Amino acid sequence: MLAHFILALRGAGIPASITEYLTLLRGLKEGVADYSVDDFYHLSRATLVKDERHLDRFDRVFGEVFKGLEPPEGDPQAEARIPTEWLRKLAEKLLTEEEKAQIEALGGFEKLMETLKQRLAEQKGRHQGGSKWIGTGGTSPFGAHGYNPEGVRIGQEESRHRRAVKVWDRREFRDLDDDVEIGTRTMKLALRRLRRFARQGAATELDLPDTIRATANNAGTLDLKMVPERHNTVKVLLFLDIGGSMDDHVGICAELFSACRAEFKHLEHFYFHNCPYERLWTSNRRRRDSEVPTWEVLRKYGPDYKAIFVGDAAMSPYEIIQPGGSVEHWNEETGQVWMGRLLGHFRRSAWLNPMPEEAWGRYQSALILHRLVERRMYPLTLGGIEDMTRELSR
Amino acid sequence: MAGFRSTETYIASRDLEVAVNAAIALQRPLLVKGEPGTGKTVLAHEVARALGYPLIEWHIKSTTRAQQGLYEYDAVSRLRDGQLGDPRVHDIANYIVRGKLWDAFEADKPHVLLIDEIDKADIEFPNDLLLELDRMQFFVYETRQTVVARHRPVVIITSNNEKELPDAFLRRCFFHYIRFPDRETMERIVQSHFPDIKQELAREALNVFFQVRSVAELKKKPATSELLDWLKLLMIEDLPPEVLRSQDPKTAIPPLYGALLKNEQDVHLFERLAFLSRQRQR
Repeated sequence: MLAHFILALRGAGIPASITEYLTLLRGLKEGVADYSVDDFYHLSRATLVKDERHLDRFDRVFGEVFKGLEPPEGDPQAEARIPTEWLRKLAEKLLTEEEKAQIEALGGFEKLMETLKQRLAEQKGRHQGGSKWIGTGGTSPFGAHGYNPEGVRIGQEESRHRRAVKVWDRREFRDLDDDVEIGTRTMKLALRRLRRFARQGAATELDLPDTIRATANNAGTLDLKMVPERHNTVKVLLFLDIGGSMDDHVGICAELFSACRAEFKHLEHFYFHNCPYERLWTSNRRRRDSEVPTWEVLRKYGPDYKAIFVGDAAMSPYEIIQPGGSVEHWNEETGQVWMGRLLGHFRRSAWLNPMPEEAWGRYQSALILHRLVERRMYPLTLGGIEDMTRELSR
Repeated sequence: MAGFRSTETYIASRDLEVAVNAAIALQRPLLVKGEPGTGKTVLAHEVARALGYPLIEWHIKSTTRAQQGLYEYDAVSRLRDGQLGDPRVHDIANYIVRGKLWDAFEADKPHVLLIDEIDKADIEFPNDLLLELDRMQFFVYETRQTVVARHRPVVIITSNNEKELPDAFLRRCFFHYIRFPDRETMERIVQSHFPDIKQELAREALNVFFQVRSVAELKKKPATSELLDWLKLLMIEDLPPEVLRSQDPKTAIPPLYGALLKNEQDVHLFERLAFLSRQRQR
């Protein structure tokens, strides 16, 4: 049962390993979970999930795997939970003579309970509808909200078990899943991956403590130690698509922008419309005054800058592949050529698309650009940004 | 087995209790994440109190290295002593300075060890502590001695999520994410900290607090610790609850906002919202 659970978790993309599985088993053996489903849920969550982004996924998998979970056979609580005596009394009060006769047909109450136990044992998952299995909305004698006159209600009372189900059915961690769209906080997290404090390059800085240590270890003979300079090496050029079809996404782009601002020391941003051509601009409000030739951008910023394009890439394909295809002016060279120049110069580059990934296929232009950026187009979700930063910092 | 439960001053949800008890029973570190100000660090203090163990705190900074938690070899002192001809210089053990982990390992009764804000340190920091936290032992090269924990300490690690922690490290920990408390829990928390607060004031203050939190554009949303600070201020100033009632954050900035809003932009945002809504009313 638990192995099945672990496999289901792994299937859902939660990296639970054998170590964690064994820890969980040990925890159960130590009695941490105390034989309550609630505590088992809490314990398995603390053991198997190591990242709050996976909590929602965990809840979903837990719900799927353990839905329809009834107390196992032989559990004394199982009998205690459906007191036969109580059922019989209730039945006598509510059931008509005819219905009572039907129950007799099944072999009376004792038989009914036995069949129930048997089916509980046979049945593994959740069940709805149908006429045999225990579930909801069916005509089987067992289950909830059914129509069978001799039905046995299971799981409609506020039992301990039900309350436990509610804990994960509430799915309170939905916001933390990384497939959802971005708020400023989550975005900062992802962009922070870009902030690489990697020590790289030649040893340039005198490491005073290490020098002292090495000298002392050398019994006083000076021994110089150097370390690579440590500074934030990430430089980013941000190209933002503005206007037209992007108006829907301006809010989310502004968020990305403000998140970027706080994260990098070297950050420059440029605006373009739909596709970059020979001119970009640095301030959208004063577009005319702030125009910058793209050539100048290519000259000014070295290839060590990482270029991030943000745009929905939804336009007419001609705006990319035809000279003069731009909707705003006559462009001598195609957007494709300009994109090629930018991508050739800034070798570390990526495209962020605020449209959901499924929708890209609907626009030919998105597919063209996806190909142009060598499949480095990512959705503007936390997961997408993380993939992008991983790609960029590789 | 000594267990951990909510105390009078610390309201822990059931899942947190289970996570803490699992970490104690299985002697694994417990990694706690959550919004700033939701009581991650306080948890360690409360666990130590509940178990009756002394607490050792190790606060991590960006320059902290894993080695510092184990021990440091004070070569500079030795160099100086060597030049002054101090006889101590012949024994290297005189220059080994114990770190927090060593203290926790060698103590004659179990301790709670708090490693606070582990994400502040270098990315390799957690990796450097893997073996030490797993086996609860380490080797001192200078003196060729192995330090083994007499009692495995209860290790509580907090993180603010500034860096991703390595998988190998995570695999050895229990994990708990402290969710922002809902209103009901928050009332209990306020009650536990200020048992003699006026009910009406607490209610109005919580109204304002949750309204402030609901403003989506805030850069830094106020959390539990800010609320408690703010309430303390309100009680010191002895403001009547009516002052709070009229203060819809859409119309004005809450009184003594300095405790709630920690960011210039956020204060400006509130001023702008107030200005806009006043215009709309006209």
